[in-house]
Amino acid sequence: MAEAILELKELSTHFFTDSGEIPAVDQVSFTVHKGEVVGVVGESGSGKSVTSLSILQLIPKPPGKIVNGSIFYKDENLAKASEKRMKKIRGNEISMIFQEPMTSLNPVFTIGNQMREAIRIHQKVSKQTATEKAIHMLKVVGIPRAEDIVNEYPHQLSGGMRQRVMIAMAMSSEPSLLIADEPTTALDVTIQAQILDLMKKINKEEQTSILLITHDLGVVADICDRVVVMYSGQVVEQGTTREILKDPKHPYTQGLIRSLPKLHGKEKKLYSIPGTVARPRKDHIGCRFAPRCEFAFERCFKENPQIYNLGEGRESRCFLHSKQEGERLKDVTTNT
Amino acid sequence: MSQPILEVKGLKKYFPIQGGVFGKTVGEVKAVDDVSFHVREGEILGIVGESGCGKSTTGKSILRLIEPTEGEVKFEGKDITKFSSEDMRKLRRDMQIIFQDPYASLNPRHTVEKIVGEPLLVHGMKSKSERKKRVRQLLEIVGLSSYHASRYPHQFSGGQRQRIGIARALANHPKLIICDEPVSALDVSVQSQILNLMEELRDEFQLTYIFIAHDLSVVKHISDRVGVMYLGRMVELAEKDALYEEPKHPYTKALLSAVPEPDPDIVKERVILEGDVPSPANPPTGCAFHTRCPFAMDICSQVRPEFGPVDDQHFVACHLYNDK
Ligand SMILES: Nc1ncnc2c1ncn2[C@@H]1O[C@H](COP(=O)(O)OP(=O)(O)OP(=O)(O)O)[C@@H](O)[C@H]1O
Ligand SMILES: Nc1ncnc2c1ncn2[C@@H]1O[C@H](COP(=O)(O)OP(=O)(O)OP(=O)(O)O)[C@@H](O)[C@H]1O
Ligand SMILES: [Mg+2]
Ligand SMILES: [Mg+2]
Repeated sequence: MAEAILELKELSTHFFTDSGEIPAVDQVSFTVHKGEVVGVVGESGSGKSVTSLSILQLIPKPPGKIVNGSIFYKDENLAKASEKRMKKIRGNEISMIFQEPMTSLNPVFTIGNQMREAIRIHQKVSKQTATEKAIHMLKVVGIPRAEDIVNEYPHQLSGGMRQRVMIAMAMSSEPSLLIADEPTTALDVTIQAQILDLMKKINKEEQTSILLITHDLGVVADICDRVVVMYSGQVVEQGTTREILKDPKHPYTQGLIRSLPKLHGKEKKLYSIPGTVARPRKDHIGCRFAPRCEFAFERCFKENPQIYNLGEGRESRCFLHSKQEGERLKDVTTNT
Repeated sequence: MSQPILEVKGLKKYFPIQGGVFGKTVGEVKAVDDVSFHVREGEILGIVGESGCGKSTTGKSILRLIEPTEGEVKFEGKDITKFSSEDMRKLRRDMQIIFQDPYASLNPRHTVEKIVGEPLLVHGMKSKSERKKRVRQLLEIVGLSSYHASRYPHQFSGGQRQRIGIARALANHPKLIICDEPVSALDVSVQSQILNLMEELRDEFQLTYIFIAHDLSVVKHISDRVGVMYLGRMVELAEKDALYEEPKHPYTKALLSAVPEPDPDIVKERVILEGDVPSPANPPTGCAFHTRCPFAMDICSQVRPEFGPVDDQHFVACHLYNDK
């Protein structure tokens, strides 16, 4: 496998609020290799955004704090990097795009103005060259009339076009890693298809690694090589896209996939996971998913399961994988 | 085949665009532009389409939560666009709506008891103890516990709040419920609970739903028939299997091909549409889809295609099928 670009090791980011300490990201470990697209999936509040913000040291402190772990970008631990160093890394080596492009574009400046700024922070080029580069990047992301668009304001563009502009800005510094936090969630499916195609093209042609955060398993199937599944602040399972979608090992992932209505399915009644999504809590004892898990047994309510290595980068955090419980695991897999 | 409970004919809703310093009307947003369909008693009619195509406006116009600009809405044979406000008030027992964002539609300062009990009071259940009893009954029907009655909306999760919204809609034994993106804000694992609940309730109380959503898989799962809207118009309507297995309209085909599916074995021939959805303030002439249609012909930019049958119960507005 290609070299690692990003490696999170037991990353924990907590929030210290009036109502207590929230372990929003708890012992999260995963790796993104060069040229790879890795998806982070999970339901709302599972810690996807906090994970990505932690990588770039963009967690609001206070109330947030990285309390444990390391974030290796190439050979450098970003968890220990100075703010000065992080400024260099952000938008240069690692770029990030967010769900709602309107909030990250400044409404009072033209598109060209903002793109030039972004380009000139990282590259010592003339205004003229920066403008040319901006127009070139807009064309790369498929914006028609790029020469005119540079003189327009964000509100004059549609949601899909704004998201392309964000991608163009993020790509203009030729980053080695692109972190995209729900980049298509606010978009219509036909526009989403355009943006996903664009991201695939960037990944192929520039060898840019992508960390894609999403709650949509369809998007994962479309673009990701590997998937990290989060639940309540923890990684519960990871593996290749095919493994996760076709042969999920963790009861949560299994339930999640079974609860999805399928476009070509003929299911009469949907499977549903009982209960509600658990918010991460410091005083939680046992597996975070146990209260909703149909396979949960005594131990699941008493101890937090470790991550079981199932070989070849395949991991699952569930006691069903332990030796004593191996028999139960067989039941689980034959039941689904 | 059962009777239509609702018939919509030539429904239009144009919103004025105010401009200039004096707020004069300078144009119109054709949010719903000549839409016709019917809903049979006991069925679930799905309506899909991308953001801004007029799904919510259609739903709200049917209930006259906003006044339609033109057209006929017949509920059980009576044209309700002519109803007085008193008649409308009475009719709202029979026709209910559930919204996407249960939080925004529930008063944060009222207890669940008050929220669910309010429509009972409005429709004449004066006795407090009777209301209390009915509220508890309703909460249990939607899978909450009666002790939840004294709590406030913020004390519930998204899925539970949607259950409260459903309980409120059910209070006066409605016949038709318009569900406007009822599960769009919910997590996947909770979404299927609510979809199952809605199906159970339909069977138990012989309800009819109009189910509005942008998620094509969700709509496929729950609906009997599905209509596809584009820029204020209904472009295709058919039994769900016919629509999903053999879509006719080029827009429906593109839409279905764009849905990413959570199965690595499904390799799709994607129809990537160029450009963005045009503005309903300035819709293209002729067929509204012709600017993005891979099959557009000369006639498409000139003449608006009729919404007509191409197969049994399969309606399409497209010139590719008009000649046949
Ligand atoms: N500024 C903050 N202060 C306190 N808690 C926070 C803060 N930001 C995030 N959290 C908590 O961290 C947890 C994880 O949040 P995060 O935003 O990472 O979720 P997510 O997986 O991105 O969800 P979504 O799909 O809704 O975007 C949540 O429980 C949230 O309440
Ligand atoms: N009160 C209003 N005044 C002016 N324009 C409006 C009003 N309500 C809706 N519109 C416009 O009418 C069009 C249709 O809106 P509508 O809310 O019905 O779309 P929708 O299909 O429900 O979209 P979504 O999927 O985003 O909910 C949009 O262009 C919208 O901007
Ligand atoms: Mg998030
Ligand atoms: Mg709507």
